[in-house]
Amino acid sequence: MAVVFEKTKALTDAKLHYCPGCAHGIVHRLVAEVLEEMGEVENTIACVPVGCAVFANNYFNFDAIQCAHGRAPATATGIKRVHPDKVVMTYQGDGDLASIGTCEIVHAAARGEKITTIFINNGIYGMTGGQMAPTTLPGMKATTAKAGRDPKINGNPLRVSEMLATLTGPAYIERVSVSTPAQVTAAKKAIRKAFEIQKQGLGFTFIEVVSSCPTNWGLTPVKAMEFVREKMIPYYPLGVFKDITAEEGK
Amino acid sequence: MAKGKVTINEVICKGCGLCVSVCPKNVLALSTTKINPAGYNPAEMVSEDCIACTSCAKMCPDCAITVEKLD
Amino acid sequence: MAKVLMKGNEAVGKAAIEAGCRYFFGYPITPQSEVPEYLSSELPKVGGTFVQAESEVAAINMVYGAAAAGARVLTSSSSPGVALKQEGIGYISNASLPAVIINMMRGGPGLGTIQPGQADYNMAVKGGSNGDYHNVVLAPASVQEAVDMVMEAFDIADMYGTPVIVLADGLIGQMMEPVEFNYVRREGIPEKTWALTGKGKGERHNIKNLVIDPDDCEAWNHEHFEVYERILANEEAWEDYLMEDAEYAFVSYGTASRVVRTAIGYLRAEGYKVGMIRPKTLWPFPQKAFDKWNGQVKKYLDVEMSMGQMVPDVAYACNDKNKVVFHGRTGGNVPTVDEVVAFAKEIMGGDK
Repeated sequence: MAVVFEKTKALTDAKLHYCPGCAHGIVHRLVAEVLEEMGEVENTIACVPVGCAVFANNYFNFDAIQCAHGRAPATATGIKRVHPDKVVMTYQGDGDLASIGTCEIVHAAARGEKITTIFINNGIYGMTGGQMAPTTLPGMKATTAKAGRDPKINGNPLRVSEMLATLTGPAYIERVSVSTPAQVTAAKKAIRKAFEIQKQGLGFTFIEVVSSCPTNWGLTPVKAMEFVREKMIPYYPLGVFKDITAEEGK
Repeated sequence: MAKGKVTINEVICKGCGLCVSVCPKNVLALSTTKINPAGYNPAEMVSEDCIACTSCAKMCPDCAITVEKLD
Repeated sequence: MAKVLMKGNEAVGKAAIEAGCRYFFGYPITPQSEVPEYLSSELPKVGGTFVQAESEVAAINMVYGAAAAGARVLTSSSSPGVALKQEGIGYISNASLPAVIINMMRGGPGLGTIQPGQADYNMAVKGGSNGDYHNVVLAPASVQEAVDMVMEAFDIADMYGTPVIVLADGLIGQMMEPVEFNYVRREGIPEKTWALTGKGKGERHNIKNLVIDPDDCEAWNHEHFEVYERILANEEAWEDYLMEDAEYAFVSYGTASRVVRTAIGYLRAEGYKVGMIRPKTLWPFPQKAFDKWNGQVKKYLDVEMSMGQMVPDVAYACNDKNKVVFHGRTGGNVPTVDEVVAFAKEIMGGDK
């Protein structure tokens, strides 16, 4: 009898505070598993956001700091410049990264800061209770867009991976999801690649995870994962948007 | 004959059902009799057909699942 | 070290390097742009790092990161830019991290003017961010003092785990004076055992800013205020200028105090018994100076380059608001010696 799956030691024993079925827990685990498998847990510093993941520092079993809303890429820049030999990551939601922190993420990417950003895109503000996010889909209901997002009034959602891929600084940008076991496996592979590229010092690395928010979407966890596949991914297509290691291979 | 065994940490399970939804062998179900301290019906094994594919554990947001492969 | 003639903005940059600072994150703004310009070329020469941030907001959050990582770190700006940094200063303060912020003040509010001002007193001394907190605020009146205070600011920041603001103004940043650099590190600065370094084989370091339970958050605040009590006890600094026989005392800091000093010369020549309490720390405000002189001083003549932001602190310190009179210029103007002399004579009448 052999254990083929158990909880990674790169997560603490703290019970996650997330709602049932929230994919934050899946992505936390993937990040932790990758760092454990790479032997980098003792070498990593995480910058956690304002948003539902504000307590991620209680779950990651490595050094961490709670950042101001949207400013994690700037704080990570400060840390990485002091400790260029450490693995430095930010973990940010869509309100944090794609709304209030747009300036910081764009410029950290443009500078090619040798950090890894994990971007959780679930199209809604979770922590504050279901307000419209910069990534809320057209027609999708939010507490500040009760009839659904109307692009004529609220503008259109941001596709951050595509935007950042136009810059020279990023070394690797991939959009993944975690709505099926196969997607989880692929997401883990992407996260590993991002951290490996950071270790190689090649530039800024960015993994967008198309995620769910069952509570604020008003769906069961299982239905929320279906929504990810049927509505979110068509607007936010999965794939690699930038990979300088592949470009070098050409 | 079961090829695998799923152990669910019933205390931290939030009964989200993602594991149940992805199990290719329909081995798991949310309990209809148990309520954990947080008030959730935890997932439990309801058949012996587990193949230790780990799909359930991969989808578990709470790291509540351990999977073992039986000899 | 021999004296060299340096512009204020460059001298404070050199002072930071002398004090062991190797990280600067900032954004250009008049009248302090020579600070980032100087450090962009000088820091790399000593193995340091200069980053021109995309904004003051980003710069202060880079400072937050570098401070958390255990480094001596500096940012500088001028009034509207420092207004943008307030959020980050609050976070740094809440996390009990050491950092040094230089403000070469200009006239405000808003975009204001690029000429020197002192109207950021409230923002620095009363706390421009949210919540209960204090910054240590040092107020230099010369390029040499700016140099000395920048060096000291790093020690104070490390000693207590708090942001320290060096509150100068565009005039001090822009003028040239002879300076020397004699940094002597204070005794008793604690080791940064909390710094983010990767946990290695030890315990992980977790720098928090959210304390969601109100009892915990209140206790956290009280911990900060225990530190503030130590700062209040240990760090008040001021200059008594011709106070021994003074019956009237100017209260003035920074560039305004230079004008006052000259005015006192003229007034003394005419026989007026007038001196000056010059706060060198604005927080903690030098209460001890007022305790020392309050018995003999009839009036306090507060002179500032603002509409009187320091007046309530002077009134509180001397425990008699009727003793405090104010003369100020604002919006980028510096008071002249003549107008300060005239103001003082009006207050003193013929009382020599």
